[in-house]
Amino acid sequence: MKPFLQYTGHVLNHLRKDLRLEWRSRDAINGMLFFALLVVVVFGLAFDPAGYPTTTRQISGGILWVALLFASITALNQSWARELRNQVLEAQRMAPSPASALFLGKAIANMSFVLVVEAVLAPIFIVFFNLHALGDIWLLAVILPLGTWALVVNGTFFAALGLRARNRELLLPLLLLPISLPALLAMVQATTGVLTGDLDPIQINTWIKQLIGYDIIFTTICILFFETILNAE
Amino acid sequence: MPNRPIRDKIKPMEQRAPTLRKVAWLWFAISVAVLVVGFRQAIFLVPTDAAQGDVGRIFYYHVPIAMWSLLFPYLNFAASLAYLYWRKRNPLRALSADAFALASAEVAVVYTSITLITGSIWGRAAWGIWWAWDARLTSLLLLWLLYVSYLMLRRFSSTGQTQTLAAVLSVFAAVDVPIVYMSIRWWRTQHPAPVFFGGPDAGMDPSMLPAFFWNIAGWGLWGIFILLFRFALERRRQIADQEAALQAIEASLEIPR
Repeated sequence: MKPFLQYTGHVLNHLRKDLRLEWRSRDAINGMLFFALLVVVVFGLAFDPAGYPTTTRQISGGILWVALLFASITALNQSWARELRNQVLEAQRMAPSPASALFLGKAIANMSFVLVVEAVLAPIFIVFFNLHALGDIWLLAVILPLGTWALVVNGTFFAALGLRARNRELLLPLLLLPISLPALLAMVQATTGVLTGDLDPIQINTWIKQLIGYDIIFTTICILFFETILNAE
Repeated sequence: MPNRPIRDKIKPMEQRAPTLRKVAWLWFAISVAVLVVGFRQAIFLVPTDAAQGDVGRIFYYHVPIAMWSLLFPYLNFAASLAYLYWRKRNPLRALSADAFALASAEVAVVYTSITLITGSIWGRAAWGIWWAWDARLTSLLLLWLLYVSYLMLRRFSSTGQTQTLAAVLSVFAAVDVPIVYMSIRWWRTQHPAPVFFGGPDAGMDPSMLPAFFWNIAGWGLWGIFILLFRFALERRRQIADQEAALQAIEASLEIPR
């Protein structure tokens, strides 16, 4: 019990540090929010969502996730670039706390930033796209966090992996997108199913279960391999 | 001479393994010969497919290459695990595991690309469309994307870290592949079922078997040949790097007279 509590303490310390940093600058949330808003507006101009309610329901799940994916990619690199200044990362590597605690703290912090963005963006999205969901809208309260965690946990890992690469801004989407495609498929299908009401609840359940499985598997291997990539030299 | 440079002890590859070179040439000759037989079987000897005409002959290239393209990712995964295991314990052996991982990833990308291209040509002839978002096509495309991103990472990452980061990404890709396969199969399907073990209608006419098996053998031999060739090339590059590093160290140790 004691090692577990100690580990949780380390994670919470890292989380507190990241939240405080974000609270002082608010760079990540503001950047993501405005970026996602821009993506939604661009798609809104491209598709005329108010004119074709049925098509809108079919495509808006995909648009919402694409906006969130791109927005979170812009913030994930920043979350590690912060640690490079003043050799903070080197200090973290020498710290006696396990490396995976650093990773988990950062991933949870990034997750909460993206959730804030979602909470602000969802009403705007519904208004702009004139959305009227035909399925059980409360299921989105399960799908959104699960999908966000799938993007954020791998995204935080690959941002750390590409931290010292020649052009890390480009590398992150190149690595994150192929690995995330099954999760993206699941969250887009589930969201579209809820919005259109076409999908059987059993099918939506299966997509949600796949997301849960994806989250568990990739969280585990991220935790297992984080120390390796942090000390990759 | 007591102070003989260490690099003189590293002989060039040609002098170190003359037998290996002979085996490589022999292997090359055999795989070309088998491919020639396979070509003759597939293009001239097999009777024309009743439903598809001569276009059906692309089957003898598409399916064998597709079967082999599924093998190389496993080799890449195994070599990457070996690299991660030996990284601290035996760095020199780890380097050769890494060279093998790189070579197998490149061959995997080549074979998957050929599968996608031949499949697309065949799909245009048989289904009337170049591409369908069907289960097998999509999962192979995702496999291709994963290994292209692996090669991208190797190109972009900074020198000292490349091997470790690539090995970790390879583990991620290997975990991702079965998930991709299951989720996409759950999503949709249009491609014909597997030829063998695919249900009661599976299997092929006995007249097709010789051409099919010659091509499986030929493309397998060829794939392993280019894999080992690329491996030897990467080993040489690594050895050249080590020699250069050694030279730099020796130069820094030189005592001025």
